[in-house]
Amino acid sequence: MHSPTKLSGFSLNPSYLQITPLSLVILFFLLFPVITIIIVSFWDYNAYQLLPDFIFENYEFLLTSSVTLKAYLNTFYYAFMTWAIALIFGFTVAYYLAFYIKNPLLQSILFIVCTVPFLTSNIIRMISWIPLLGRNGLVNSALQGTGITNEPIEWLLYSDFSVILAFVHLYTLFMVVPIFNAMMRIDRNLVEASIDAGATMMQTILHVIIPLCKSGIAIGSIFIITLVMGDFITVRLMSGGLSASVGVLIYNEISLLQYPAAAAGAVILLITVLIMLSILFRFINIKQEL
Amino acid sequence: MSNDLKQDNPSSETTDTEKKGLSRRSFIKAAGAISGVAVGSGAITGFPMIWAQNIKNITLRQFGTGVSNLNAISEKAKEDLGITLQLTALDSDAVAQRAVTQPNSWDIADIEYWICKKVYPSGVMQPMDTSRLSNFDKISPLFIDGKLTPESTIAQGTAPHTVGFVEGKDSTAFAPSPTNWMTLIPTIYNADTLGIRPDLVGRPITNWRDIMDPAFKGKTSLLNIPSIGIMDAAMICESMGEIKYGDKGNMTRAEIDQTIEILKQAKANGQFRAFWKSFDESVNLMSSGEVVIQSMWSPAVTAVRAKGIPCKYQPLEEGYRAWGGGIGLAKHLTGLELDAAYEYIDWYLSGWVGAYLNRQGYYSAAPSTSQKYMTENEWGFWIEGKPAQSDILSPDGKILDKAGAIRDGGSYTDRMGAVACWNSVMDENKYMVRKWNEFIAS
Repeated sequence: MHSPTKLSGFSLNPSYLQITPLSLVILFFLLFPVITIIIVSFWDYNAYQLLPDFIFENYEFLLTSSVTLKAYLNTFYYAFMTWAIALIFGFTVAYYLAFYIKNPLLQSILFIVCTVPFLTSNIIRMISWIPLLGRNGLVNSALQGTGITNEPIEWLLYSDFSVILAFVHLYTLFMVVPIFNAMMRIDRNLVEASIDAGATMMQTILHVIIPLCKSGIAIGSIFIITLVMGDFITVRLMSGGLSASVGVLIYNEISLLQYPAAAAGAVILLITVLIMLSILFRFINIKQEL
Repeated sequence: MSNDLKQDNPSSETTDTEKKGLSRRSFIKAAGAISGVAVGSGAITGFPMIWAQNIKNITLRQFGTGVSNLNAISEKAKEDLGITLQLTALDSDAVAQRAVTQPNSWDIADIEYWICKKVYPSGVMQPMDTSRLSNFDKISPLFIDGKLTPESTIAQGTAPHTVGFVEGKDSTAFAPSPTNWMTLIPTIYNADTLGIRPDLVGRPITNWRDIMDPAFKGKTSLLNIPSIGIMDAAMICESMGEIKYGDKGNMTRAEIDQTIEILKQAKANGQFRAFWKSFDESVNLMSSGEVVIQSMWSPAVTAVRAKGIPCKYQPLEEGYRAWGGGIGLAKHLTGLELDAAYEYIDWYLSGWVGAYLNRQGYYSAAPSTSQKYMTENEWGFWIEGKPAQSDILSPDGKILDKAGAIRDGGSYTDRMGAVACWNSVMDENKYMVRKWNEFIAS
């Protein structure tokens, strides 16, 4: 091991210099804003301005209000459903790409095809569902036209269904990519060995492939949980404003200029998501797997 | 001077940006809409009038909510007066905040009357000497004593005349009756009601309570902007006979609780299809047939109709919920800049602007002065409630209504004479917003 000389230990060790840019970026674009939010969350406010102060009223209201509880339950529900469905789809797609497509070129092409929807804006992809699912939308006209239903199905749009549908559509790729990546690094001999040992396809997946791409699943889950927990626009547009998630509450407060209340909401949300992630990290050691 | 202020004020700019992308976005949206409107406006030319020459090259910074921050108006002002108007559009909460916290960042505030009620007492504005306004006597009596006709009753909420005057030049207390010192000169105002799809409702709609009719279950919508939504809700609850309000514009906690309870119940029963927040959402809900009756703004009704879909801005027995804005002067204006501001305001009342606004379905401060800038057909349709003699065109030349059509709700006096309540801000605003959020999350 290289040990720095006594006199100018800091300047001589080049690794300190090397981490400087990253530290600065993290300091200014992550730590500084988060600390600001935490400070503001203790401030007071009136109709016109923020009043620097140190009060707990914002948290007190937030943590005792039934609205917060409802919004959190709602958000957890969206996050869980989106995660579960995206996992099933994402795993299936990645599995097919990694193990069934033998030609590497075709594999790359298909993988790129998966990312094509991402060339358009998030909002556009979301809003496109509205004319499709509406009362007089394509799906309902098709169902009625073929005689499957007699009247339009109302719960297709402006419901939990449409919110989760949009989330799955928007975020499944975040599951596909890391799982596919993990699968590509699985030693094929292990799969062969498993089959030679008499395991069925299902058993191979359960006991060989899934354990080996746990890290990919974990990374995908982190993406989806953080994205869904922090979202407000999907929930607002796809539920027609009928349901509220934590993000929607924060957004409402911001648009009424109640920044301290919004900051308190953001701090609690941040803590919640960090707890969820730390639980996730208990199961998988991501550093080891990367 | 104003230019310097604008540029050497980085701190104020940062607070603005951190405030929200929303204001910037709504600004861009407004600008986009306006540029379209501006194209057609060249066709209408006013009478040649010589305005003061010494105010040329003065820049006035006007900021406001975007409804009346129209580029066409600033272009015309430049042409007629030589004044350069710098327009900034923000949403109403941001306007109120900026008016109070950064009084040196603007010269002319274009604010709604309920914002004036909050902002004026903080001493950042100065009143206008009505004797310097040659068109003062042409201003609609609605803004002077609150009565459009001698028989009208005064509406609830923040009625403009209640915050329209102060006692003296340096006073910040509103005067109970008209004085020589006016706080705001009205710019745009209108009466809001429910929009319906006449082809889909299947029966005549006459009252606010009709939106709660079980027959329209899952086919109604309210607007999700707490301060306005709660008033539409109050109109509905009162019409249902459930609640009798002391003042719908300033409810007590008990009244707010009761109102929200009724809304929650209706939501649980599936009465509402959606809640809308932006103009285009309300247009889409209506034109796609997702809803058949909802709270709406008049330009949205026009937009639905422009798609060839029938839509009516239904007058209702209980009356309208009205809103209005005006322009007022910053405290720091003096000398030549103050003269220019007075000149601008006098010009604003002299008719061209009024005609421009009337033609979009809004109303202007001094209706009589705008008559000479409108055709007889336009005046008859928009103001007198007469059937259109020929097609009614929007300022950018689109057909809004065909010959023979009558404006929903009829004439100016019919509509503005039936105002039940003005937009306002309640003393219990914070409580109301929390209860409203509870309703949305329920």
